[in-house]
Amino acid sequence: MKRLLNNRHFLGLLFMLPAGVLLLVFLTYPLGLGTWLGFTDAKIGREGHWIGLENFQFLVGDAVARLSLFNTVFYTAVASVIKFALGLWLALLLNRHIPFKSFFRAVVLLPFIVPTALSALAFWWLYDAQFSVISWVLTKMGLIHRYIDFLGDPWNARFSVIAANIWRGVPFVAICLLAGLQTISPSLYEAAALDGATPWQRFRFVTLPLLTPIIAVVMTFSVLFTFTDFQLIYVITRGGPLNATHLMATLSFQRAISGGSLGEGAALATLMVPFLLAAILFSYFGLQRRKWQQGGRD
Amino acid sequence: MSNFSRRDFLKTSAGAAAAGTLGLGGATIATGAYAEGKWVPEKGAKLRVLRWKRFVQGDEDVWAANTKKFTEKTGVEVRVDAEGWEDVRPKAAVAANVGNGPDIIISTNEDAHLYPEKLVDVSDVCNYLGGKYGGWYPVGKEYCTDKGKWVAVPMGVAGACLVHRVSQMKAAGFDTFPKDNAGFLKMCQALKAKGTPVGFALGNATGDANTWCHWLVWSHGGKMVDKQGNVVINSPETIAALEYGKQLYETFVPGTLSWLDPNNNKAFLDGQISVTNNGISIYYAAKNSADPKIKEMADDIAHANFPIGPVGRPTELHLFFPQMIFKYSKFPNAAKAYLAFMMEKEQYEPWQSASIGYVTQPLIGYEQNAVWKSDPKGVPYKDLMKNMLPGGYDGPMGYASAATLADFILVNMVAEAASGSKTPKEAAERAAQRAQRYYKV
Repeated sequence: MKRLLNNRHFLGLLFMLPAGVLLLVFLTYPLGLGTWLGFTDAKIGREGHWIGLENFQFLVGDAVARLSLFNTVFYTAVASVIKFALGLWLALLLNRHIPFKSFFRAVVLLPFIVPTALSALAFWWLYDAQFSVISWVLTKMGLIHRYIDFLGDPWNARFSVIAANIWRGVPFVAICLLAGLQTISPSLYEAAALDGATPWQRFRFVTLPLLTPIIAVVMTFSVLFTFTDFQLIYVITRGGPLNATHLMATLSFQRAISGGSLGEGAALATLMVPFLLAAILFSYFGLQRRKWQQGGRD
Repeated sequence: MSNFSRRDFLKTSAGAAAAGTLGLGGATIATGAYAEGKWVPEKGAKLRVLRWKRFVQGDEDVWAANTKKFTEKTGVEVRVDAEGWEDVRPKAAVAANVGNGPDIIISTNEDAHLYPEKLVDVSDVCNYLGGKYGGWYPVGKEYCTDKGKWVAVPMGVAGACLVHRVSQMKAAGFDTFPKDNAGFLKMCQALKAKGTPVGFALGNATGDANTWCHWLVWSHGGKMVDKQGNVVINSPETIAALEYGKQLYETFVPGTLSWLDPNNNKAFLDGQISVTNNGISIYYAAKNSADPKIKEMADDIAHANFPIGPVGRPTELHLFFPQMIFKYSKFPNAAKAYLAFMMEKEQYEPWQSASIGYVTQPLIGYEQNAVWKSDPKGVPYKDLMKNMLPGGYDGPMGYASAATLADFILVNMVAEAASGSKTPKEAAERAAQRAQRYYKV
């Protein structure tokens, strides 16, 4: 026993055990169970039987499920790109010497701190067909003559929920990128300035390459959060109008929990995994390349 | 009626009558199920009850008071938890699945048909109550019986009537609310022409949208499935319903495609719509409002039952509440005693009054309850369980009907056709395809 406890390898394993058990119980098991359920016809309150790919076959042929896939990809793509652009811009601004710097940095985080369900409720009011303050202001200013149907028209609704998601997601991107910016040594900028680099060149050849690792991590998370978004949609539209804002996560919940078709909902959730994996792989093997980070090309 | 004789009936109803009179003097006399010792709670019994969260405050207060009364009489401690009504169903299903949870769950719609084998047979309670209070409405029996056994005790329905503004209806040239579909459409068109449009939810609004969309389709003779559970939604009757719905939609206030359950309440109380479908909660809110303007509106609010369509009989859908005792409960007798106690007239009547009729009774005898006499405006809600068809009409209740409703298949169909994003024919075809999946198994 004593010899065993003196063994480095054994001790290492022993110390890793708690973490391993945690991961196994709280991550691997639920994920495995969810995937398994996707291959069964489980209902809430009734155990399922293995039915192979039937759920997946049905989902591929189901117009609502296909629409939800389109909505999810569209939602994630548009929201992530804009969140990245705005986040980076905000981070660059906050990185400068501005008065009340810490105050502004704290304030920027607010949307991220407010519980999503609450901010979603606020947006639900902002977009209300009858009580929208946006419509009200525009009408009072004489710019429009009837209230904007934010959530009643499929495309309006999509962009409205995307706007809400951006509002909520920008601070996360901005603050993380700001942290990245602060790790870049000022001497590099000085050297670049001495070499006569323009501000754009300084950004392009100093800031961006050094920021890429952070960008990779931040955007991976951002894409994951956006792709799996649930609360905003559930509160603001419930997937309506005409399922135009149903994301895979919300549809999965609707089918599995409200509708009781646990197997089908699990299958739909499982279908999200390949997309998420692709996003992760892209960021790890793409954005993390040394060459890219050093400003080179393949 | 199996274990309840006519003599028993006379005895207890006389007792109830006596209690009623004495009750006025402030005395309480133990009557009903518990006093008769029909269900003697197990020693040391404790109950946990999960129910949907109240829509009107009076409900919660009197439910708690009744529960306290039960505890005083029986010594059985009862903890009542309440959750938003849409959250109760999944919790109940999980409780059934894992075999652990509240002893009693008051859930919604066809839940008792999803896991009947996990529920305690409550035929004795239901036969007793039915015998004592004039019988159950047939629809309640459909929701709560499985293979001839009662597996849940009906609590009633939270239903919808057509809430409308009398002054605006009169201004549009209608002295009384139309009783048939044709007249109803004409009135809505007249209201729209007067600048007081109507509004019905067409978003994924579990309560309001399902209620009126089902009325629309059913009243024209359309239905999701036939008696055997074959999907028959793509029918000429459905198409006719969707054509009617299209015309009706033109009289709506803008934005109803996005409406969820709370939207019509807000719009109505703000005076933006003249007619909508809702429980009595709009009227309740207006009547009890601190804002004198809204309080004034209460006088102008009236309720009507959904009009009757070409099928020639009422075709309404309302939110049904089954009260289920789970087999895993260690105290089934205490649970039965509790449900019987809560459903007895002495408890049910004041509870119903306190919630100003938000819940319509499942027992025919309760049509005489005080709540239907206290405020004439609430009277249309009295007949909801008489007027309604069971969910999943005309087929069997179960997973398929529950999933079809939860997936908004019928609501989406109506919304697609009404908004013109699909033709009625296309919308009906699509609904049939979607429903087929659930009814296939």
